[in-house]
Amino acid sequence: MHLNYQKAEPSIKLKTHTDSTGVCSPHLSLKLELQSQSMAASIAVTANYVLQPPPYALDALEPHMSKQTLEFHWGKHHRAYVDNLKKQVLGTDLEGKPLDHIINKTYNNGDLLPAFNNAAQAWNHEFFWESMKPNGGGKPSGELLALLERDFTSYEKFYEEFNAAAATQFGAGWAWLAYANDKLKVVKTPNAVNPLVLGSFPLLTIDVWEHAYYLDFQNRRPDYIKTFMNNLVSWEAVSARLEAAKVASSSSA
Amino acid sequence: MTTVVFIIVLVIFAASLYDAGGTTMDPCLESMKTASLPDLPYAYDALEPVISEEIMRLHHQKHHQTYVTQYNKALNSLRSAMADGDHSAVVKLQSLIKFNGGGHVNHAIFWKNLAPVHEGGGKPPHDPLSSAIDAHFGSLEGLIQKMNAEGAAVQGSGWVWLGLDRELKRLVVETTANQDPLVTKGTHLVPLIGIDVWEHAYYPQYKNARAEYLKNIWSVINWKYAADIFEKHSRDLDTN
Repeated sequence: MHLNYQKAEPSIKLKTHTDSTGVCSPHLSLKLELQSQSMAASIAVTANYVLQPPPYALDALEPHMSKQTLEFHWGKHHRAYVDNLKKQVLGTDLEGKPLDHIINKTYNNGDLLPAFNNAAQAWNHEFFWESMKPNGGGKPSGELLALLERDFTSYEKFYEEFNAAAATQFGAGWAWLAYANDKLKVVKTPNAVNPLVLGSFPLLTIDVWEHAYYLDFQNRRPDYIKTFMNNLVSWEAVSARLEAAKVASSSSA
Repeated sequence: MTTVVFIIVLVIFAASLYDAGGTTMDPCLESMKTASLPDLPYAYDALEPVISEEIMRLHHQKHHQTYVTQYNKALNSLRSAMADGDHSAVVKLQSLIKFNGGGHVNHAIFWKNLAPVHEGGGKPPHDPLSSAIDAHFGSLEGLIQKMNAEGAAVQGSGWVWLGLDRELKRLVVETTANQDPLVTKGTHLVPLIGIDVWEHAYYPQYKNARAEYLKNIWSVINWKYAADIFEKHSRDLDTN
């Protein structure tokens, strides 16, 4: 069954990057789609209803995030969202539509329609894998650091705020660094909700559903969050997304 | 001499009337009992192989304990806020109280909802609950299927419940999000069976297979507890 994928115009494709070991990652490509009719121009991670593998091997984030976690989190949970989404949109007017279109439509101003959960979670998880990298974490540099210091007074204050958001999201959800109105902010969302539907550009996310950390950290969510911040965050990905967000918001202004 | 004693007594009496804080704490609030972690009615490994010892230990000693600790902390803050007349703070604390207090209430019921097989876990309920289940759901199997379907469909974290609607005098299946107790779906609802579908309730053993956890848990459900509560409420309802 061929699903027609509509290419929105204009689109800016950021090419793949070569990491420090000279390995070219084929998966880190962001396609920008400008939706003039929707409130938030979105950075569409074009999953195209395909389960993209993370841009690293499943054991590459060890010891901070185990291979077993990746095998279940990506191999079972993420896969199920993608597979179930395909089944769910079959024969409906959502079939063949871009993922971010489905997300915005089914968010329905907070009165969620059935396909929202699978669509948003498919998007969120691909965004999550690309928010991390082996030997990541620590403090960013350059323009990103300058902006964090501008909007949070210091990197340490941002770290605290991001940690607190991730730690205090009741039940399942996500914490985000997001960009809107030329400002960086920390946002926390429940279940499958993401900043796209709240009118801002996501730059970084941490999954705080229990399945994201239970095998490695059990109930110790704060330890998981610290490990993520100290050892996993891909500031390169965040910077690339920030650049794309700036272009998108100035174009649609 | 007696004048001095009289003055001293007067001073002490006057001092007892003066409250340096400005408002007197309601003695009811001051003596408010804090929550405490109830003991598990069985050993940590008693529900094996349906629910592993590892899960029972984490679930009881870490998750439930944390709800108790955070609930007590929130209650403490509430006392101060009320004493200070800080209404903003009182309102702001409600979500913490609902989440952690709900977590405590729900888990306290949950441990009683489960029993080892050799103590009756899995044994079908007695009347009048048994007949009520047949009347409302066709059969016990029908009820189980419904609860499993609704439990599997909970997005994110939450609970699936069998409840008694005291007002409408009938059984209901409901789900609640996060740690919302059943009463948040209706003040006239009495929880009979609650099944925790937060991932922490099954993940180390079942991973993403929530449906399998739900299928298996019925062999350790303590129907006697549910049937006893139902019977008590049925008697109360009949005498109204």
